[in-house]
Amino acid sequence: MNDILIIDSTLRDGSHAIRHQFNAKTIRDYAKGAQKARIPLLVVGHGNGLGASSLQLGLSKLPDTTMLKIAKSQLKRTRLGAFLIPGFGTIKNDLAPAIKAGIDALMVASHCTEANITRQHIEYGVKEGLEVFGVLMMSHMLNGKELLLQAKLMQIYGARGVILMDSAGAYLPEDVYKKVKLLSGSLKIDVGFHAHNNLGMTIANSAAAVKAGAKIIDATSRGLGAGAGNCQLEVIVAVLLKMGYKLDLDVYQLMNNSEKIIAKIMKRPQEISSVSLTSGLAGVFSGFAPHVRGAAERFGVDARDILIELGRRKIVAGQEDIIVDVAANLAQKKKTRGQDNSIEALI
Amino acid sequence: MFAGKNPDSFGIKIAKKMGVKTSYDSINAFLNEPDLCEVVFDATSAQAHIEHAPILKKLGKFTIDMTPSRVGKMCIPIINMEECLKVKNINMISCGGQDTTPIVKAIVDVHPETQYVEIVAHIASKSAGMGTRDNIDEYTQTTCDGIRAFTNIPKAKAIIILNPAEPPIIMHNTIFAQIKNPNLKLLKSGIFSVVNKIRQYVPGYRLTLGPIFENGRLTVMNEVEGSGDYLPKYAGNLDIINCAAITVAEEYAKRKLKNS
Repeated sequence: MNDILIIDSTLRDGSHAIRHQFNAKTIRDYAKGAQKARIPLLVVGHGNGLGASSLQLGLSKLPDTTMLKIAKSQLKRTRLGAFLIPGFGTIKNDLAPAIKAGIDALMVASHCTEANITRQHIEYGVKEGLEVFGVLMMSHMLNGKELLLQAKLMQIYGARGVILMDSAGAYLPEDVYKKVKLLSGSLKIDVGFHAHNNLGMTIANSAAAVKAGAKIIDATSRGLGAGAGNCQLEVIVAVLLKMGYKLDLDVYQLMNNSEKIIAKIMKRPQEISSVSLTSGLAGVFSGFAPHVRGAAERFGVDARDILIELGRRKIVAGQEDIIVDVAANLAQKKKTRGQDNSIEALI
Repeated sequence: MFAGKNPDSFGIKIAKKMGVKTSYDSINAFLNEPDLCEVVFDATSAQAHIEHAPILKKLGKFTIDMTPSRVGKMCIPIINMEECLKVKNINMISCGGQDTTPIVKAIVDVHPETQYVEIVAHIASKSAGMGTRDNIDEYTQTTCDGIRAFTNIPKAKAIIILNPAEPPIIMHNTIFAQIKNPNLKLLKSGIFSVVNKIRQYVPGYRLTLGPIFENGRLTVMNEVEGSGDYLPKYAGNLDIINCAAITVAEEYAKRKLKNS
């Protein structure tokens, strides 16, 4: 029995760290490792979910259904999940084929203010017998009361849990505690938390969420993920065990998965760079980092300035094309007005 | 006549003020007065249009479907207005489809070997009504299928993003195409000419970037500023589909008058 449902998103959110280039061997090895570690739910696919392999966000090495089928072939007790953001994947092109490929669970995500675009896909998943979770992305941008209204919509649509995503890694534990407490006290369904490490707070934030009543923690092996990375799966599991929660997971195996599979495919350590730190402070989606670095180089501007401007404009995940626009504008401004340093304004 | 079913509808109040006949009886308003009009714009939802279509067909109305229901013939006025005027039910695809398909077609006309095209439509959250939200799946799928149908491209993707930024963003769109050796000169003149044609019925439509080429990827961006008649100017997404629909309706009416 598990007190907390641990969702392993290594083969989904982790794919941002390697620009969505998971190959068949990694998927097979990791899925096998997750099964051995008794992970209850393993989510697999492009970092932005079904149908998101694109020129806009980066193309996956393998199609979604191929990735899902490879993972499925290794799983017995571990359930297989997919992630979907309405507006990217569609039922006909993406979700129906994923169900055919054998998914048991579905996470349907939207920006935290747009929960009513998840109705069709949550209802479809429920109708098809999937275990469906709603995900509110960039949840730091909304206060608790408004988040609750959005989460309630997902509850009405039939989700069995709502996961608050800290897409920007912008939360501090106190904020997490307050919001999760409010949601878990007011919803009939479970509440979960998905952390990002821009401010070095993933473990503290996930632990705070559980203390406030969260029943779901979403994490990745070795923290694999965009920018500063996600909540490190093997660490949060160890911490939750130490806090006294019961989790039927093999911690040694989780460590092995991290060390023997994920460490080998990592392009760089999952450290907090100045770009990641700035994006956490600016409250900007972590997945922007590689695009921002590219644009900064191309236009000869400071990546941190781009991030601060993106934060000011409240640009959300999926708007990667705006980064170029912002960089070009900053380059133009730099020519006419010289440089100014705006990071202090964020602290 | 302007028919709805919500007695508190703000739109109906405005229509009344403008001296337009109104009804709260939705589709039944047309059944009750079958000879009232010849052209019906259905701006309800994809599911509702599936119910309305046979009724309107029976009544013999020229029906312009503004939902992504896919019941009628897909219509982009600058591409296939002539064929659309020959049928009784046309579908305006989606705002993203109206905006980007002509550009995609201009690209494919120069480079028929193009294998993959992708469009990203950004619209302000405040301009996406419940119709768009309830039909987001049909919206995405229909936009994608529309691009394929009009260009015969083997693979296309449509992405729609609702942006909650304040103040609301103006509708803007990105078109990507995977092309090996693009002829930028021909592409530019093809795209510019299409943009000028669209501007004749959507004055707020303009190119903001491109065509530019990098790493095997051609990029074109545009934005649409609305006329600000009902929703503020950022809601160019509503204008582009409305203007396209009005263009077809006006042409239909013109020919009808000529023939009578």
